[in-house]
Formats: sequence, structure tokens, C-alpha cells
Amino acid sequence: MSRISDFIGVSARMNVEQAIAKARASESFNAVLSLTEARALERADLVDRGEITGSLAGVPFIAKDNFLTLGGTTTAASKLLENFEAPLQATAIEKLEAEGAICIGKANLDAFAHGGSTENSAYGPTKNAVDTERVAGGSSGGSAAVVALDIVPFALGTDTGGSIRQPASFNGVVGIKPTYGTVSRYGVVAMASSTDTIGVLTSNAHDAALVMDIMSGQDAKDMTTLDDFFTPAALDGVKKIGVIKEAMTDDVDADVRATTQAYIEKLRSAGHTVEEVSLSMLKYALAIYYIVVPAEISSNLGRYDGIRYGKRAEASTLTEVYGASRDQGFMTENKRRIMIGSYVLSSGYFDAYYLKAQKARTLLINEFNALFASYDVLIAPVAPTPAFKIGANAADPIKMYLEDIMTVPASLAGLPAISVPAGVSHDGLPIGVQLIAQQRDDALLLALAESMEGNN
Amino acid sequence: MTQISKSDVQHLAQLSNLQLSEDEIGPLQADLENIVGYFQQLDELDTAGIEPTYQVTALENVWRKDAVDTYGIDKSALLELAPSSEAEQIKVPKVL
Repeated sequence: MSRISDFIGVSARMNVEQAIAKARASESFNAVLSLTEARALERADLVDRGEITGSLAGVPFIAKDNFLTLGGTTTAASKLLENFEAPLQATAIEKLEAEGAICIGKANLDAFAHGGSTENSAYGPTKNAVDTERVAGGSSGGSAAVVALDIVPFALGTDTGGSIRQPASFNGVVGIKPTYGTVSRYGVVAMASSTDTIGVLTSNAHDAALVMDIMSGQDAKDMTTLDDFFTPAALDGVKKIGVIKEAMTDDVDADVRATTQAYIEKLRSAGHTVEEVSLSMLKYALAIYYIVVPAEISSNLGRYDGIRYGKRAEASTLTEVYGASRDQGFMTENKRRIMIGSYVLSSGYFDAYYLKAQKARTLLINEFNALFASYDVLIAPVAPTPAFKIGANAADPIKMYLEDIMTVPASLAGLPAISVPAGVSHDGLPIGVQLIAQQRDDALLLALAESMEGNN
Repeated sequence: MTQISKSDVQHLAQLSNLQLSEDEIGPLQADLENIVGYFQQLDELDTAGIEPTYQVTALENVWRKDAVDTYGIDKSALLELAPSSEAEQIKVPKVL
């Protein structure tokens, strides 16, 4: 895989043409939904003529297709938005373009980012970069695959409960989900507003820090954004690290545990202190997540009604237009989540489910806070298994949701967390480990990950 | 175990503005029942006196000026996105 620096100081047109050629040669992976070739080449020529400059001048990238971009469609991998052409760009895209980076196309995802395998895409699953019979993970499966396939040096993703970290692990790339509020979500298709974050997938931690540094910062168009606290830094000495013991039980694949354990030994060899810690709320995090997030989804997806934009179904009354547009435009998993949300928010069930989950969320956050009083970083697997076979979890939503059990805790608490490549399974599948820190310690995670690169 | 009936599914679909086809209802009924059943494990937790968390970075009341900001987007560009429009208005089928 290449690094961002390989694309700087060379012909931008060549960079873009090569990336597009690679994307076309990799079509069988179904990682890319659309290419914005005309706009990308136009921008490349401006870079080559010195009319666009910046720290990423001429560097090609791909955005998950839930970022609004100019020059093509933004589908969220749904039928509802199949022909939707955005009139504006996401703040994250605007900031990268201001530094000269060039978006060449859009990556596949689970429709509206609902899923952990990219199998819920209306345009078919993305195949794993290492084994085409297996899933790329999700929901940012396309973004992980295009980095692993070396089409572009970085790709943007969104992570609401693990959607950057898990596909990063499944394809052997670095993926960071930052502190909640680090990057503006303006112009990104909303899923669950209390946990939605924007991050990046790269071949190495240094490049992830470069991109995060550009994207981070306050934006009046997203009132949840924090002040620009993110500054890349080198690791400042040895750290105290806690291994979450509830994430290392026999329920977790043996290769995943062994790979995590091997990474822990390397951390110890590098001088860090690593001790076992308990996060007893881990087992409840998934139930909390699948109450809170569908509740927010049912509200956020209310806007898709076929009236102001998107595909409108033919029907004779307004109510029927809403119902049919939504039935035809959403995938089954979208409908499941919307209906669960309607259920947990409905009168009579609100206290028992939604309010209970938000209180349990406080208990989870309290437990994290207690651990971060003594530890700088926590370590756990990213997912209980390496990439699974396409179709293996399709019939059982709960089995699919269980893939998220290691990643949802950091999301519910707004903590930064990254997935770093740590090894491979006995049959050659990539396995990542997850590092979690307290809010605003994003740069520490990347510095620690970078210090460990090459030790694998 | 919470029971979810076929009419519950139809009621939820109505609340969710989803016009489900007949063959979608059965599988959704089973899925929703299993998923809601999974939530029961939270009953093990004592949450008496615990405040719920709705926002994780302690932000409160982020204000902006009470002024129109179009974010640089033309009205005409937004109208073009609508499946049907007329006289600078989005057109919809009859309401009743």
C-alpha cells in the first residue's frame, strides 16, 4: 500500500489517472459506486498549473458515498437516493479540497450506513480485499477495500458504532473513529446523531494524523463540533495500557485473541505497562446501542419521504407517496432499524427501553472514566472474528449485530478509538487491534500506533 | 419474552410511514421480537437514581445568530432536486 507522501510533488493528473485506472481494474470487488472523473481531472490540472496548492495538493482520495460531493451522485448506497446529485459538499470534503486533495469517487457502504458487512448495499456487497468470498466489513466496507487495494492512499468513512474500525480490521488497514465532535458532519447523511463521527482509513497511522489534522475543527454548520484540539504529536514516553478482559473471553475467535495478545507483548517489549482491566458494562453495550441508535435513526430518516428530493413512488395520495417511497427506497435493515426506533420511543415503552438504555449508557461512561483515571489507553479486539463469508450472518440480525460488540462501547461514550493492523489469522485474513483513549486523546492513539508500526 | 404481533408490526410500520408489503411482515415480526427480546438483559442493571446521557461532550445551548443563512445554496438548486415542482413550489399529490 502506498503512503500520502508518494503522491506529493508529482503530476496530479498522473495521480488521478492512475487511481481511476486502478479503480476500474478492481471493479470485481464492488468497492467503488461511482467515479467523478471529469471533476477530478479538472482539479488535477489546476494543481499541476499551480492554481490549487496545499499540503495534500494532487493527492487522490475516495469518500464513502454518504458524504455529499459535487460532480456526481451521493446515493448512501440506497435506491431512494439513486440519482441524487448534491447541491453542496460536506465540510470535510471542502477542507480537504482546500488543501489540494482530489476526490476521485465514492465508496460502497451498507445503505444509510446500517450494517457491519456492506451486504446491505442496494448495489451489492463489497468483497474483502484479501479474500473475495468474504465481506469487506461495514458499513465503510468500500472505503477500507479501496485503501487495501491501493487504489487511493486514503478514504473517508463514518463510524457510528464501529463502521470505520471493523472494516479496517477486516481488510488490514488503519482506521480512526475520532472523539465525538472532532470533525464536522455537515453534508454527511445522518444516521444516529449522538454517536455519528467522521474519520479516515489509511495504510499507516502517520497519514491518518495528516488527514485528521485537516478535517478537525469547529464548524458553525455542525453545532456539536469541538474546538480544534487535534494536533499530531510524537509519542511522549511509555504509557499505561489496560486490556479489557471481557473482550478476551472464549467467545472471541482464537486467532483474534492470539493476535491481540501478541500485540500486547510487543507493547510490553516497547516498555509500556499493560495490565488486565474490567469493563463489566461491555456485555450490555450492544443492547444499549441497538436501542439508542435505532431511536435516532427513526427520527433522522424521517426526512426521506420522496417529496423534496430522492425517488418518489407513484401513488394517488400524499400518505401513500410517503409510505411507498420509503418502502421501495429503503433496504430491509433500514426498515428494521426505523421500526425498532419507533417501538422503543413509543408511549408505554419509552421508559422501559429508551430511558433505561440512556441511563445504562451513563453507567458505561462512568466505568470508562474510572478506568481512564488510571490508564492512558485501553486495548481490545476490534471484532470477535476476522472477515466472515458473504451471506454467513445475513439470516440473523442479532448475529450480525454481535459483530459490533467490541466497537459500540467507545461510540456510546464519544471516545476516540482506532483499528490498527496487528496480524493475520491461520488462513491469512487480516486482524486488527483496537486502541481506545479518553476524549481528545486522538493524537495519542495515532502516535502510539505509529510507534508500533514495523514491529509486527 | 416480549410478544410482537402482526398487528404490532403493522402499527409500527404506520408510525414509521412504511407501506410494507404482505410478505415483509412475517420476517419483520420474528426479527423485531428477537431484537426486543435481546434488550431484556438491561433489566439486570440497577439504574435507580442514574441520570440518562443524551450528549457525550457536555455541550449545552450552542447559539447562533437569528439570521437567515442560505449556506450559499440557491433556492432554484434545491427546487431542482424535487421530483415535481411548479411556480417555485414543490408539488405533491392531494393530501386527502
